[in-house]
Amino acid sequence: MTAAVGGIDLTGLTTGPAQTWGALRLVPLLRPAPVTDLRLHARLHAPDALSIVSTGPRTSYVSYVPHAFVATWSTDGTPAAAYGTQFHAPGDAGAPDGVRLTFRRRLARRENRQRLRFLPLHLALEGYLMLQFGGPPVAWQEWTRAAVTRGLSPRVEASYTGTAVTGLDDALRVFEIHPDQCGMVLYVADALAAAFVVPHPDDYRALHPTLLQDFYGDLLFHYAYLYPAVPGFVARLDDTGIGSVADLRDEMARAEAEWRAQHAVMADGLLGTERPTVTPVRRMGRFTLSRFLPAFDPDVENHIGETITDEAGRTAYLKTFRLSAAQTRRGHLLSQLAATDWNLDATAAALRTDRDGLVGRLDRAGFGHLLRPDIIDAVRRRH
Amino acid sequence: MSRADRVACEDVVMFVNAAITSTGQREFRSTAAAQRLSLAFLHEYVLGNYRDLYAATLALDVNHLNAAMVVTNLLRTAREAGAAQRAVEGRLIAARLRSLPPQRVYGVFRELRRLRINNRRTRAIVRDWVAARPDPAFDAVKYRRSLSVAARHAHLRLPGEVGTALFDWRRPKRYQTPILEAWRRAHYEQRALYELPYTVAEGLAARHGIDRARFLSGIAPKLTAGERLRLQASGARHRVEALVLDLATAPLTRLAIYVLSLPRAERVRRRDELTDALRAGARRAARRQAGTWGRVVAVLDDSYSAAGSGVKRRRPLAVALAAHHLLEVLAADYTGLWLHHRGDPLLVHPIGPTGLGTRLVDALERRPDRLVVVSDGWDNDPPGQAAEVLRVWRTRLDPHRATSVVHLNPVYDADTFDVRRLAAGVATVGVRDAEDVAALVELARFATGEAGFEELRRHLADRVDRFLDAERAAS
Repeated sequence: MTAAVGGIDLTGLTTGPAQTWGALRLVPLLRPAPVTDLRLHARLHAPDALSIVSTGPRTSYVSYVPHAFVATWSTDGTPAAAYGTQFHAPGDAGAPDGVRLTFRRRLARRENRQRLRFLPLHLALEGYLMLQFGGPPVAWQEWTRAAVTRGLSPRVEASYTGTAVTGLDDALRVFEIHPDQCGMVLYVADALAAAFVVPHPDDYRALHPTLLQDFYGDLLFHYAYLYPAVPGFVARLDDTGIGSVADLRDEMARAEAEWRAQHAVMADGLLGTERPTVTPVRRMGRFTLSRFLPAFDPDVENHIGETITDEAGRTAYLKTFRLSAAQTRRGHLLSQLAATDWNLDATAAALRTDRDGLVGRLDRAGFGHLLRPDIIDAVRRRH
Repeated sequence: MSRADRVACEDVVMFVNAAITSTGQREFRSTAAAQRLSLAFLHEYVLGNYRDLYAATLALDVNHLNAAMVVTNLLRTAREAGAAQRAVEGRLIAARLRSLPPQRVYGVFRELRRLRINNRRTRAIVRDWVAARPDPAFDAVKYRRSLSVAARHAHLRLPGEVGTALFDWRRPKRYQTPILEAWRRAHYEQRALYELPYTVAEGLAARHGIDRARFLSGIAPKLTAGERLRLQASGARHRVEALVLDLATAPLTRLAIYVLSLPRAERVRRRDELTDALRAGARRAARRQAGTWGRVVAVLDDSYSAAGSGVKRRRPLAVALAAHHLLEVLAADYTGLWLHHRGDPLLVHPIGPTGLGTRLVDALERRPDRLVVVSDGWDNDPPGQAAEVLRVWRTRLDPHRATSVVHLNPVYDADTFDVRRLAAGVATVGVRDAEDVAALVELARFATGEAGFEELRRHLADRVDRFLDAERAAS
């Protein structure tokens, strides 16, 4: 299922001028011709309600799910009429009233035939954790019994909601949405925080406030708190050759092309990523819902996310989450372990370190409990 | 001009801009607390450095909140002023208090009491103002608490039954003064209610449990113009015929706010009526200046930020709409360009980003005598392009300044203590009511540093003289 393809294809989307607010820079993505046969809608759940998303017969993990989206999709290609905010009985599986828990059977599943419901980023976060969810495939003697039989469960990753990010609420409130806007790239202290693309401007307008309820990594939380303000980029017009109003218009067009190119440079960490691992989750009509993982290179920024692409691979929907440095390191370690079937010596060689070094790194990354206590204690004693 | 003069000039213009625009309420981009904090600092700063000019701003069209703040601050720091200064200030304060709405003045008196400012001069100011009120008995009913606070604080001698009504109202079996008697009876009798002012009657009506629709139709003749405008939606909801607004008398900006409060479908249905009312309002505001401005092009901001805030709904947009109609009257040849909206300006709606740059080029291409920009100055599509366009226009395309550019900004920016500017060298003035545009444009030349500090002083002194003369003639 997993296919490694080129970066994210944002054909059909153009960049609008950034609007800044404090440490936040919000870059609108405009779509002159909207995608009309795929529509998305937010299903807002009761805030602060815990929900249990069951992912298989064996495991279920507790996670905070602020909202889930519902995809509406039409076969004949006619513009799908706005579905409006839908209220479905939350108790599909008999939600108990008193403890405010909502059960959802799968993260992505068919609803009514033509509608696809999925919880944003859960897919990708799950994929990230799933990477080595099964634990060691070979029962090397260094790993504990629990690691071999139960894998990394329970799987938990921490993130902040947008409301906790300083100034994000005001930045989204005062942001002036373009009439043809279909997406947004969010920078915190000029670090790419998240990208969000939807098929249609109406969807964007409806979903704009939900950016506040999304996940953001701790890095962005700290950046937003520590950086006072980012400068606005003012494109200077070169007035030497201007002799008429037509010249002025030409010069303005040139300046516009310049800042569009500049934004492409800023978003390079996401859009320029070479070969992210893309896993298709579900296919429906001409659209494919998939999640992608970065190369887990600790030296560059790493984004995980989910996309809906059409048959030509153009992005209709995109949502990303930036991993923090610690999360990237964990992913890097796990991917290296996976490459060598969890053999400690082989992994240590691949990471150009020795066995002790690797054990120490696993310990510091929070995976110490997977190793047998005598091994980890011996390493701790030696260092 | 020396650097000190230039700074002084900028400071005073900055303060005037703030005092015209800021009402201490929430704006699109800043909270009420930020606005108040920023404004209070600015008042302290100007009061400490340019006391005589600070007092002189009372003669300008500063808004009611700021006029009240200036009066309070002048009285609070009276001991720092010399005798001559005090004489001028006293006359200015008295004149300004007469032109302020009574509830604002009573607010000042309460504030004076809170700050424990009580000296012979302050008491005399309070006494003279209360004595000049046309009907003390009416005030004793409508501003009951405030008048009693003022009376106690300034040791006022109140005429006739007013004192009794304020401090011992239950004792008399009946009052000789009709309004006091109506007020006494209204506590027991529903019919007497409708002889009282609306604000007083409303509370008593609630006590009597009178149906809202019946109360509104009964009280309709007693409503002030502002109350009538405010109750339009309520009246429509309860189907009260008597509340119908007389569009012919409402001030232009108020009218624009009312028009924009209506749903678009209703605006389409009442298009002729509303457009005529706006045009008539503009003609009233322009008076003799109609048709004197030559060729005018206006760039009007209808971006999303023109929606204002929950407490100032669509105020920036309403100012732009009112300015559109006013400029149409003032100019001999007028073109109004909205950023997004096309077609009938009555249907304008705040949406989208603020792309002033390209619209400015569209406007300048017409080579007008005067270019007026009404915007909150947050040029973000792309950022700063308007400033660049205006700079290139000045340096390359119009070095002889055939086109004069004025930027009218309806929003006070709390962070910079000023209204947000479009570009260096372009006059930016604050605007609250579009009716004042003609007077504000006069002030604009001080904002760019073209005119010196001495000239500004002379201008203000002239305005003070005119203001005091007008007040003397009126009283």
